[in-house]
Amino acid sequence: MKVIVGKDLLSANAGQAGENRVLFNNNRVTVINLISAPGSGKTALLEKTAELLRGKLKLGVVVGDLYTTRDAERIERAGVTVVQINTEGVCHLTADMVARALQEVSLDQLNLLFIENVGNLVCPVSFDLGEHAKVALLSVTEGSDKPAKYPGIFREAVATVISKVDLLPYTDFDLPACLEEIQKINSDQQVFITSARTGQDLSHWCAWLEQLAAGKAKGNNLASR
Amino acid sequence: MHELSLIQALIDMVVKSAIENNIKKVTKVQLVVGEYYGALPETLEFAFAILTEGTVCAGSELAIEKRTLLLKCRECAYEFRPEGYLYSCPNCTAVNAALVKGRELYVDYYEGE
Repeated sequence: MKVIVGKDLLSANAGQAGENRVLFNNNRVTVINLISAPGSGKTALLEKTAELLRGKLKLGVVVGDLYTTRDAERIERAGVTVVQINTEGVCHLTADMVARALQEVSLDQLNLLFIENVGNLVCPVSFDLGEHAKVALLSVTEGSDKPAKYPGIFREAVATVISKVDLLPYTDFDLPACLEEIQKINSDQQVFITSARTGQDLSHWCAWLEQLAAGKAKGNNLASR
Repeated sequence: MHELSLIQALIDMVVKSAIENNIKKVTKVQLVVGEYYGALPETLEFAFAILTEGTVCAGSELAIEKRTLLLKCRECAYEFRPEGYLYSCPNCTAVNAALVKGRELYVDYYEGE
C-alpha cells in the first residue's frame, strides 16, 4: 500500500514559528534571531547593546546554549530580562523551544527581544523561530572567508555585524574582500563594523535597532525572511 | 547534525500516518530534498537507520530524490542554475537572484503493509 503524504518536514516547526510571530506582533515586540559561529561575540554584543539602549528600549534575551547558563548570567548582569534554553546537545533552536521559553517572559513589557541562537552557522538557518529578522555576526578572528564558506546565513540575514574589529591589526582578515563577498551574496543587507571592546560603530547598530523597534510600534510588519 | 531533527520530524509524520492508515510495517519512504538545504544523503540515511529503530519504519528503505536549485534573476528575469554559492546572474551579472526551485523538503509518499 502506497500512502501519499506531500508534507513538509519543517511544517511542524513552521506552524509553531507562525504562532510565535503572532504572539510577538500582538505584543508589539520586534524579535531578532542572532546567528553566528561559537565565540564570535554574541554575548558581548548583547551586553554592550543593553548598556547603550538602556532607557530607550526595553530589551529581553532568550539564550540558547548546549548546557551552561554562563551567557545568560553575563547578560542578566547588564540588567536585561534573560531566559535560558539548554538544548542539551541539539545544534540549533527550534520554534517550540522558543515557545516554551516565552512562557517565562513578559512580552508586553518589552520592545525588542533577541534570540541568541546556539553558536552554529549552518543548522539554525533552516529553523524559523517566528523572528522578524535574522542577524548574522562574524568576528574578524574567524577569517574573512566565512561568508563564502557559509553563504546560507548571509543570504537570509537582514544585517551582518562584523565584530572584534579592534583585533584587525593582529589578523589576516581582509575587511574589503569580506565586505565585497557579503555584498555579492546579499546586497540588501545592512553591515555594521563593530568592536564591543572599543564601542566602534555600536551607535549605528543601536540606532538601526531603534528604527526596527519603532517600525513595529507603528504596526509595520517587517517581512519575515 | 540538523539532519537528525529533520529525520525525526519525518519519522513522526510517517508513524502518525501509518497508525491512521492501519499500516503495521513501512517498507519504503520517499523523501524529496532540495539542494538549498545541503542535507547530505549519507547523513540522512544514517539518521534514518538509527531513529527508526523500534518504530513501524524500522528496516525500511529511505529513498531520496534530490531537486536541484533553480534561480530567477530579479533584474532581467533570466532563469538559471547557479554555479557555486554566489547566485549571480550569468546573463546580466546581477546578484541576489530569487529561488524558484530547490527548497523542497517533504515526504512524497511511503509504502507499507
